[in-house]
Parts: sequence; structure tokens; C-alpha cells
Amino acid sequence: MINLLTPEFFFTVIRVTTPILLAAMAAVICNKAGVTNIALEGIMLTAALTGVLVSGFTQSLILGAIGGILGGVFIAFLLAYFALYLKTDIILGGIALNLLTVGGTVFVMFAITGDKGATNSVRSLQFPAVNIPFIEDIPVLGTILSGHNLLTYLAILMVFFVFFLLYKTTFGLRLRAVGENPDAASSVGIDVNRIQLYALLLSGVIASFGGMYMSMAYLKLFTTNMVSGRGYIALAAAAMGQANPIGTMIASLLFGFMESVGYQLQSRGIPSQFINMVPYVSTIVGLVLYSMYRQNQLKKKKAIKLNEEVKS
Amino acid sequence: MLKGLFKKRSVDQRFESIRFGVAILLALVMAFILILLVSKQPFEALGYLFLGPISKFRKMGNVVETAIPLTFLGLSVSIMFSANQFNMGSSGAMFLGGTIAAIVGLVIPLPFGIHPIVAMLAAGVVGGVLTSIPAIIKLKWGASELVSSLMLNFVALNLGLYLIMNHFRDLSAGTLASLPLAETVLLPTLVKGTRIHFGLIVVIIMVIVAWLFLAKTKWGYALRMTGMNINFAKYSGISTAAVVLYSQFIGGFLAGMGGAVEIMGMYDRFRWQFMPSYAFDGVIVSVLAKKNPLYVPVAAILLAYIRVGADTMSVNSDVSYEMISIIQGFIIIMIAANAFLKHYRQRMVVKEATQND
Repeated sequence: MINLLTPEFFFTVIRVTTPILLAAMAAVICNKAGVTNIALEGIMLTAALTGVLVSGFTQSLILGAIGGILGGVFIAFLLAYFALYLKTDIILGGIALNLLTVGGTVFVMFAITGDKGATNSVRSLQFPAVNIPFIEDIPVLGTILSGHNLLTYLAILMVFFVFFLLYKTTFGLRLRAVGENPDAASSVGIDVNRIQLYALLLSGVIASFGGMYMSMAYLKLFTTNMVSGRGYIALAAAAMGQANPIGTMIASLLFGFMESVGYQLQSRGIPSQFINMVPYVSTIVGLVLYSMYRQNQLKKKKAIKLNEEVKS
Repeated sequence: MLKGLFKKRSVDQRFESIRFGVAILLALVMAFILILLVSKQPFEALGYLFLGPISKFRKMGNVVETAIPLTFLGLSVSIMFSANQFNMGSSGAMFLGGTIAAIVGLVIPLPFGIHPIVAMLAAGVVGGVLTSIPAIIKLKWGASELVSSLMLNFVALNLGLYLIMNHFRDLSAGTLASLPLAETVLLPTLVKGTRIHFGLIVVIIMVIVAWLFLAKTKWGYALRMTGMNINFAKYSGISTAAVVLYSQFIGGFLAGMGGAVEIMGMYDRFRWQFMPSYAFDGVIVSVLAKKNPLYVPVAAILLAYIRVGADTMSVNSDVSYEMISIIQGFIIIMIAANAFLKHYRQRMVVKEATQND
């Protein structure tokens, strides 16, 4: 049987969850503000490339990170500009930007490095792995929790940051108000467009870290279409977590868990195509199970309401 | 009669065509700037991009060949999006359709003439079933069809690859490919000197059928009503669940059929290996054609023209083919931008109103 319960396995779970978790936090902010950000995939891809290029040419990790963020935020800004000000359907706009970035990143990569597959010739820098003092010495827990990449810890902090932002600040309150009912929010003087713009830009920053994790931590280089659907999986995670940061983190971990199980199966003679399917099938199953659960809850609520009405 | 057609066009329609033209023009300007930025011989590259497709008879043939699958995809996405369902399953449906057609071509011996028809129908049904899954999930449990269809594409890709690689792979071939398909299943070439195949006739028939269906039948009407306002449709007695389901099935059927036609017309073996972005191609065509089946082939030819041009350019100059995906993305986002040139529209309406007084 597959040995799942090793500390190394859980270490892998956290490792593969990181990019999904970061993108899912970006999705949470957008969902709460009432905008659907399909372009997360494109944002991650762009940041993955610009991060590698800038860090490779400047040999500075800080500048590379800034370059990655700017690349991702640029795509988020395009989405915001077209959707909010030129009234492009936001889903169509997101689809267009994802299409644009899949080819656009290759176009830029080829123009700069002369290579179409990967940025082999660029000596990109990487975010460092971090050992946490004290925790690394605890036998099992240390192996699971310590020694991850800096961005993994950032992702975990991001969950708390997003939670704090949404539920403990005025901006978060306004953002949620806009998402709940834009007309009501607008009637009390909140600039709906502006809040949604900020939400999209902020999601651009957070998802950019997810993209850079792919090319500057998980791997050491950018390869064509390397995000391969993680932006979409993050959307599913945010939907399952009901756009609640904690719930979304649990959903992301679930997807990371399934992906890691897939890696475990790899050495067991199962055709690679089926292993490649695991993350996507589990996303669909997760989405369906969650939607069933939600529908049941709604039905129960309705039944209770009906009962009360009958009584009164 | 033609004159009458032009006269009847409202301000809105005229404005739409102007906005459309401006969007295309801006996209071309953008292509020009991109080429200037990266190329050492920009004007040569531009020449290949715009004149490449008409430089040789064979290249003109390439435009038509490329337009055939694009038309299938455009029809597929137009019908699915007409019901206001953002189902991106066309990618998976076309890929799996191609796989099924290849398997029918390998396994079931049938006479010439019937063989391709059986392959197309089988591919269509499998494609239709695939794109129905996100619709069923949405109808039954309310989960987003966009996410589930995108996930399903990856599943379809791997399923197709598994079938071909593990059961029908030709190990003696140098590259990853299936065994050669039976002669009887391959579509004959129509025009000598090109690879334009019998699929052209099939696709023309499908364009007409799709248009008749959408514009002239009860079911097409119900579909468009559901797409415009699902609640209104429901209250006027349309069974919207059935509409959503059959619209997604038909969309997938067309994409699957397109996959079959492509494999049988352009290849002698199954050779696809990568994640296809066919659904995105379908979205571009359908946005350009405004979801009208009659405009779909025109949009497909336009897109095929730029692609063959870009291909010629990337072979002969230092600009890469991927430049066009930037242009394509830009065209979609511009054409879909409802408020683009809003002030100009306002002026046109005012002018029209004062003239009528």
C-alpha cells in the first residue's frame, strides 16, 4: 500500500499547496468584492516570467520580486481597466488575458532569450528555504513544517493577512459591502469601481507571489505554460471555501493533498496520464461535493423558515 | 434589395461596425509596434505577416485548411455561449473527438463513405457528452461551469493520450503517434495543390444547419431566450434546464465532430500531444462573429489568415509566432468592451435624432 503518513509526504503537501493557496487568497479578495478574476492564471504566468527575467538580469532577488509583482499587477490592471471602465464582460476579459499571456510570455521569452521552451540561459535567483529555529528540532513536526521556501511561509501569513484585511479593517468592510450589494454600497457613498479596482490590483500582487513560487522556488526557471491550470484550481478552492480565507486554505490543502497522492502513485506502475488527471478530477469532485453540501444547507434553511411561517 | 438592407441599419448597428473596425485597426497597430520592438527587419516581417497568406496558392490553401477547425470551434462556442453558459469544454471535446475518430478508424472496419460518417458521429456524441457534464453539474448542484469545464479539459486530454499511447501507439514511428488509420476513414482532398479536404463541405453544411437551428427553430429560439434572461424564459414556460443541457450537448457535438474532421482530413495518424487551447480559439471566433453562425466562417477565415501570416513570418523572420496570441487576446477584450467609444456613440445618436426631426 502507499505509505502516505510519512513526514516527507506532508512536507510535499505543503510544498504543492503553496502556489494554489496564494492564488486562492487572491481569488478570495476578488470574490468578496464581487468581481470574478479568471485572469489569475495569466497573472501567475506573467509574474513567473518577469520575476525570472528581472532577477536574472539584475542579480537581485528584491528587484526580481518587484519585477514579478509589477508583471502580475499589470495584467490585473488591464483586467480592471477593461472590466470596470470599458465594461468588458469580466469573464470574457479574463479569458482574453489568459490567452494573451500564454502566448505573450513565450513571445517575450523568445525575444529576450531566443528560446521558446524555457529560460535556460537566464541565471535566475531563487527565494531561499527557511529553517525555523526550535520547530526544526521537533522530531516529526519539524520535518513537516520547517525548511520550506520563504514564499510558503508568506502564503501562510497571507491567509491571516487577508482575514485581517477583510474582517478587521474599514477597507475590508467596504470591500465586502461592495461585493454583497454594489447599489447599496454606492448609495452610502462608497466608490464601487475604486474598491473593485483595489481588490483586483491586490489580488494581482498576491497571485504574483504564487507565480514566482512556480519559477523561482518550485523550479529555477520559467517554462512555457508552467502554471498549467493552478489559477483555475485556486478559483475552485475559493468557491469551496465560500470566499472565507480559512475555509479556502483548507480547500487548497485538500487539492495539494490530492496532487501529492498523485506523485506518490507515480512510481507504482499506474499510467502517467491518470496521475496527471488527479488534481483536476479531485477539483471537480470537490466542487460537486461542496455544491451538494451547500444546496442541502439552503434546503434546510428554507424548511426551517417554512416551519416557522406555518407555526405563526 | 441590397440598398434596403443598408438603409435599415440602425445607429446601433452602424456604431457596432465602426467600433469593430477600430478594434481591429488598433490590434494591427499593436502588431506593428510589437514587431518594431523586437525585430531587426521589421518591414520584412510585416510583409510576411500580411502578404504571406496570399503569396502562394499553397498558402491560400493553408488559410482554408486552418479555417475549417476554427469554424467548428466557433460554432461550438457560439451555441454554448448563446445560452449564457461559459463552458470552455470545446477544447476537451475536440481533442477527445479526434481521439475517438482515430480509434474508429483503427478498430472498426467499414466501407468507404460510411466510415468517416460513423467516426464523425461517434466523435460528436463523445464531445457532446463531455460538454454536458459541466452543464449537468451546474443544473443539479449549482457549481460554476467555467471552472469545471476547464478542469474537464485536462481530464479529456489525459484520457485521449492514455487511449492512444497505451493501446494504439505505433512503437516503430519515431515520434509519438498512433498506428496509421485505415484508408477508408481518411477524407479525400478537394483542391489539388493544397490540403483542402472534404471537411470543407461538411463544415459548410454544419454552418447552415447551426444557423437554421438557432434562427429558425423553436429550440433555437428557446435557447436564445434562455441566454438573454433565464428567469424571463422560465416564467414564459420554457424548460430552461432542458435548453441548457441540449445547447451544451450540441456545442460539444460540433467540437467533437470538428476534431474528427481535422484528424481524418489533415493527418493519417493521431498525432496530437499537447494541451489544446481550442476553446479559446472558439471564443475568439465567436466574439468576432457575434455568436451568429453565418458570420462564423468569415471570422474563422480572418483568424486563419492572421495565423498563416504569423506562421510565414516566424519561419522567415526573427519574430515569433506567439505574437498573434497577444493580438488575439487584445481583439477579444476590445470588441467585448461595451463602453469603448461610448462618447462617439452618444454623438451619433444625437445626430440621428436631430436629423429625423
